[in-house]
Formats: sequence, C-alpha cells, structure tokens
Amino acid sequence: MSVDVANVLNLVLAGVLTGLVYGLMALGLSVIFGVVRVVNFAHGEMMTIAMYATVMLFTALNLDPFLAVFPVAAGFFVFGYLLQAGLINPFVTRPEHTQFMLLVALAMILVNLLLMIFGPDARNVQLDYLLESIELGPLLIDRGKLYAALVACATAAAFFLFFKYALLGKAIRACADNYLGGKVVGLNVKRLYALTFGLGSACLAVAGCMMVLLVDVTPVLGPSYTLLAFVIVIVGGLGSMAGALLGGVLIGVSEALAGLYFTPSAKSMFSFALLILVLLFRPQGLLGKRP
Amino acid sequence: MTEPLLSVHGVCKSFRGVRAVSNVSFGVERGHIVALIGPNGAGKTTCFNMIAGVFAPDSGTIRFGGARIDRLRPDQVCAAGIGRTFQLVKPFAGLSVLDNVIVGALQRSRGVAEARGKSLEILERLALGEKRDQFAATLTLPDRKRLEVARALATEPRLLLLDEVMAGLRPTEIDLMVGVFRKLNQEHGLTILLIEHVMRPVMALSREIHVLHHGELIASGSPEEVVRNPAVLDCYLGEEGV
Amino acid sequence: MSRGAVLLAVFVLVLLALPAMVNNYVLSVAVLILYFAYTGQAWNVMMGFAGQLSLGHSLYVGVGAYTAAALFTHYQVGPWAGIWAAMLACMLLGAVMGFLAFRFGISGVYFALLTIAFAEFTRIGFDHLDWLGGSGGLFLRVERRDMNDLANLRGSPVMFYYVMLALAAAAFAFCAWLLRSRAGYYWQAIRENEEAAQALGINTFRYKMLAVVISSGMTALAGVFFAFYYNNLFPEQIFHISRSIEIILGPIIGGLGTLFGPVLGAVLLTVLADGITELVAALGLDIPGVKQVFYGVTLLLVVMFLPNGIWPAIASRLGIRPQGSGRSDD
Repeated sequence: MSVDVANVLNLVLAGVLTGLVYGLMALGLSVIFGVVRVVNFAHGEMMTIAMYATVMLFTALNLDPFLAVFPVAAGFFVFGYLLQAGLINPFVTRPEHTQFMLLVALAMILVNLLLMIFGPDARNVQLDYLLESIELGPLLIDRGKLYAALVACATAAAFFLFFKYALLGKAIRACADNYLGGKVVGLNVKRLYALTFGLGSACLAVAGCMMVLLVDVTPVLGPSYTLLAFVIVIVGGLGSMAGALLGGVLIGVSEALAGLYFTPSAKSMFSFALLILVLLFRPQGLLGKRP
Repeated sequence: MTEPLLSVHGVCKSFRGVRAVSNVSFGVERGHIVALIGPNGAGKTTCFNMIAGVFAPDSGTIRFGGARIDRLRPDQVCAAGIGRTFQLVKPFAGLSVLDNVIVGALQRSRGVAEARGKSLEILERLALGEKRDQFAATLTLPDRKRLEVARALATEPRLLLLDEVMAGLRPTEIDLMVGVFRKLNQEHGLTILLIEHVMRPVMALSREIHVLHHGELIASGSPEEVVRNPAVLDCYLGEEGV
Repeated sequence: MSRGAVLLAVFVLVLLALPAMVNNYVLSVAVLILYFAYTGQAWNVMMGFAGQLSLGHSLYVGVGAYTAAALFTHYQVGPWAGIWAAMLACMLLGAVMGFLAFRFGISGVYFALLTIAFAEFTRIGFDHLDWLGGSGGLFLRVERRDMNDLANLRGSPVMFYYVMLALAAAAFAFCAWLLRSRAGYYWQAIRENEEAAQALGINTFRYKMLAVVISSGMTALAGVFFAFYYNNLFPEQIFHISRSIEIILGPIIGGLGTLFGPVLGAVLLTVLADGITELVAALGLDIPGVKQVFYGVTLLLVVMFLPNGIWPAIASRLGIRPQGSGRSDD
C-alpha cells in the first residue's frame, strides 16, 4: 500500500476513534436536550471541568484516568441532578429564551472560574503505557485513542441498554415523548428530568476523562465543545443515540480530512457549514425523527 | 342566481391517512348568517382552517367573492376580506386590549392614528371600552372571546369566521354576542359563518345550517328543517335536544 | 412635566456636558457604555421586537468593521462613505440569514444556533483572508491624536465620545419611532402569537425579514465605529462568541423589548464591571476572568429573579410606564 493511502487511512481511523469520544459527549447532550428539552449551553464547559478533574486526580493521586472515570462520573451525576432539580426545573414552563440565557450565564461563570483557578496554560495527562502505538499491517493506531474509543463505546452501549430495557429508562423515554401524558400516568416527571440530566452529565464526564488522553486541556475549550456537541446532535439527529455516535464519527473524520486537505485551523469551518446545511435541508438529522 | 360569497366545493383533507374532511360542498350567501355544526371531530375546524388558509385542501376548491382562495396564505386570506377567530383564543397577551385591536385595524388603515380611532369604536361596540388599557393577559375568558371578535372585526372583513365563540359564556353574555352579530349582519351586511356547539345562538342567528359528521356533509337547510332531519337527530341532536 | 420627562432631560444634559466634567479615562468608559447601549438597541430590534434570538451578532459588527476598514486602508475611502458599503454588506448578510431561517422554518434554539454557526464560520474564514490581514489583524493608520478630523474619524477621545453619543441617541430615537409605527405593532403581534398575527393580515415573513435587516444594518454602524476607534481588527476577537454575548447582556439585563432597557443594562454592566476590575487591581491581585464571572452571575440573577429585566422593575417603582413592551400612549 502506498504511503499516501496509508497516511489517509491512518488519519481517517484516528478521526473515527476521536469521533467516538465526541459522540459520547454528544450522547450526553442528546439525552439532555432530547428528553428534558434543556438547551445545555454549558455542555462543553462541564466537560472541560471533567477534564480538569481527571488531570487533578492524576497529578495529585496518580489515579489512572480509566479508573478516575468512576468517581468523576459519579460526581457529575450528582452535579447534574442537583443542577436540574435546583436551578433549571422551574424554567421548564418559562419561555425558551430565558432557559437558554440561564445556561449561557452558567457557561460564562464556569469557563471563567476555571480560568481564575487554573490559569490559561494547557494541562494534560501522560500515561507511559499509552506511548507505544499498535501496528496493524500498514495502519498505525494510537493506543490512547483506541482505549478511549473503547471506553466510549462501552459507555454508549450501557446507555442504549438502560434506555431500552430498564424500567427507569423506559419511564424517561415516556416523559420525553409526552410530558403531560407522563404526569397523567403518575410519573414523577421532575424527578425523572433531574435523573436524566444527571445521567447525561455522567456520560459527559466519561467523555471528558477520555478526552484528556486526546488533547491538552485549557479553560477556553468549553465553548467550542458546546458548539461541537450541538453540531453533532443536530447532524446525527435529535433523539437518536445512535445518531449522536454516528454524528460524532462523521465530525471526527471530517475534521481529520479537513486538516489534511486544507489547513488544520479550518477544520471547524467544515463542521459549521455542515450544521447550516443540515438545519436547512434535513433538520431531523441523519437518524432523528421528523420534528 | 348570483354566486355565493363563499363557495366550498368538493373539498377533501386527510391527515396521516385519516380522512378529516371528505368531499364537502356548501355555500354562504352574501349577507347571511350560516352555521356549521356537528359532533366533535366532525371536521368543522378543519374546514375553517382551509378557508382561512392555514392549510390547503387536498382536493376541491374554495372561492370567495368569485376568486379562488384555497392556495392563499392566512394573511392573504385576511386581505381578501375574511376574518376569523380561534377556538382556543389567541390574544396578544403582553399588549393592551386596545393595542390588540389596533393590530387588526391596521390592516385597513393608513396609519396608527386612524387605526386607533377605529379600534376604540369597535371596543365600545363589544362593551370592552373600559378595559382598553388592560393587558390582554389579565382578561377573563368571556372578555378574551370578545377581544378575539373585536380584533377580527377590526380588519373590516366581508366574511367573519367564528370558531365556537360562545363556548364557556353565560346566557347573558351569549345574548350580548348574539345581539352584536345580528346588528353587524343587519346594519352592516356582514356575512357570518359560525361553528357552534351551543344551540341557542345557532337557532337564534342562523338562516341556514350545515351539519358535518365524520368529515361528511350529512344535512343542510333552515334551522327548522335540520332540527327535524332524522340523520341529524341520529348522530348529534338526539342526545342534546334543543 | 411628567416624572419621566424630567429624568430624561437631566440625563440628556449630563450626557452633553460630560467631556467637560471628567478625565479621558472616564470618557473612554462612557464611550464603551454608549457603544453597548447602541449595539444592544440594534440587537433588541431583532429579539425584543421580532422575537428572534440572535447569538451571532458579532458577525455584523465584524463585517461592518472590516468593510469600512478595508475600504479605508486599501482604497482610501473615508468612513462616511464606507458606512454605506458596510451597511449594505451587513443588510445583505442579514437578509440571507433571515431568508434561510424563515423560509426553512428555523426558529427558537435552532435559529440561535444558526446565527452562532454563521459567526463562527466567518471568524475562522477571516483568519485565512490575507487581503484583510488574516489572523495577524488589520490595522488602520493613526497619525495624530490631537487633531480632530471628523471626515476621517481620526481624533481625540472627545470627538469619538460625541460621535458615539450621536449614534446612540439616533438609535434610541429611531427605535422609539419604530415601536410606535405599524411595523412596531406588527412585530409585537408576531412576537406574542404568530398564528394570530397572520390571521389579522400580517405577512409575518416580510416583517421578520425587516427586523433582521434593520438590526443587522444598525449593527454595521457599530462595527465601523469600532474599526476607527480601536484602529485594529482581529477575527479572533471581533467575531468571537463572547462579543455576541456582550451585545445581548445589556438588553437582557436591562429589559428586553423596552427602549431604556439596553441603555440601563449597558450602564450597569460597564460601570460595575469597571468597578470590579479596579477593585481587584487595587487589592494587588491579577485575576483574569473576574469581569466575565461577574457578567455571568448578574445574568444568572436577572434571569432567575427579574426575567423581564431591571428597567421594568425600576420603572414601576418610579411610577413610569416602560415604553416598548406593548403600551399605546395617549
């Protein structure tokens, strides 16, 4: 196989793996936005916090990110639950833009608190056993990306199963489809909303722990990840978990290819162009239901 | 014989495979008050929505004043001279009662000042004059219904579509409304097509009644004829009585 | 005279005499306040009047700024002529965005995301446009600060103050006029209930487009001012989403859809933010991000407890009716 083709294949593969982690991040948003209808404008900021938490746990306690996943996710579950129950729930009935603004405000506070606490310098996590890449024929697979992607897939699978088979998961889906109907049959909708937000946040936290293995973390990453999450959710299709993962992979690959054929800094231009096109011509995304 | 002001011909509408309106034809003569009645789900509001331009019929035509209006947008239908009220009233909650009507009056006025004058007059006619500076959100339901009518009247329609405007009103309020419509009809020649469940005003006002059931027109005629029609009694009036 | 009119008169007198009363630093803060009062007013036309949430207004500031700046540096076209090109460019852009949004039925959150996407796309795009300076920036020549050259907008802070004051006052008057016009009524109707508005003969598409085009055109002027005041333009800064959010903070905190809301919001935010920065510096600390946290907390509190903004709450205490949220005046 020629060097060029192998090069492109490696890039695409790296894009797929990174995309799966993006997809997990978007999955959290899909669950939150799709069920609770909260436009979580602080999504990226929350993930950035998870990334910092992972870094801190690593530097202070030498805790491997793959293990840190558990406490960080648990912590975020609680945080998300409280956020929805305490702050956002009263806004469910208010006009859309006030709820939007609430989360914009939250995002601003979070980003700048991070900036105040950690400063603008980049941090990352270096794991020795991830340094060696895996060779598969002509392909060179980055170990860190591979493991992160596997964790992302495992988490996503757990979510699929939960929403499809668990009683609680089904109850949540019922609320998403029909708020009033859910109330009528006796579901404690507000509690389920809080639960959903908690689950979405936990999902996000796992994505953050894994993302640390792929990029360096700075406080200002938040907004771009928020936008990325929305692009993926809309492209993949609101309400579709598979769509979130598919969208993530699509974006991951397009970013990788854009970086190769144009300049790396232009890669997000492509994502935004895609968002605009999807909003115009296929608002339900690739796998979503028609609104 | 001159063409009716409103002429609905062979109109059909389905939603996701469910037939809401099936080959309905009727006319409304200039200067008449006509009622469209029928059980819930009969297709009455769907007909209204098609006349008002909210959506187009799957087949059939609707003519108003001789011209086809079935492909027009709602605002174009209003410009053509049809005003409508909504079954679930839609006031501009954050605006005052007067401002609500001004929005309607602007349709046929050169400017805000002219619209204002016309609006005050209409509010008086509907006994809402005193409440003109109140926010629409603070109004009771009967007042909101009257506001809805006032607003539609402000657009100076030739045909007024009233969608269950009497529901939830007390007998005295019903009588007030009936009086207003009768006056508008007799003195100003306003043509009215109304959907109603409350039979009192229907019998008091209508010159002609059309009965819908499961999307089909099952009877037409004067109130006396319709009330005695066995098919109608079967499906609808039998349970209520008059 | 009514209480409102008296307050207004005092306010106007203070504004006119300000340069004589304060030093250059305070004056520059005042310019900033007026700038945000202006852009807030312009944004308000789209959101407060027509109900369309735009979170990408930095697009118009940037395009307006770059258009006028490029014409000045490359073709020596003065700002007063450049303004027309800038407005045209932004109005076209706004029209395109409006058309796409309204024809394709994009509204609410999706519309907001669309506006963000456009701004971000442009930000990154401009980074690669070398003719406009790319990421390195576009610079306007500053020769002398002592001579006031109004034709070329080169001059002292005092000159810029009066220019911005005139712009802000004109925007205020324009919006007051708009609110009372047919368009003003129609916009409020559309905002309250679009379906009912249509049933009353309002071509909602046309009026929503009008709001978008007016809003974008007005914002273009802010961009032109920005270019000639700061004399340097960087895509990273001027198109950044933080700029868009700064623009909306004033109107939301002050009071959506009202006339004084954006002004009050701009005053409160700028004065208090500046106060905090000073305080932090006085304590010998250097904490980046404090100002933004303050903005965020204020926004949070307002959204939670005073969702209509601060101005309507204050106005009712003072016995004044806030103009703009749908009141017809006698």
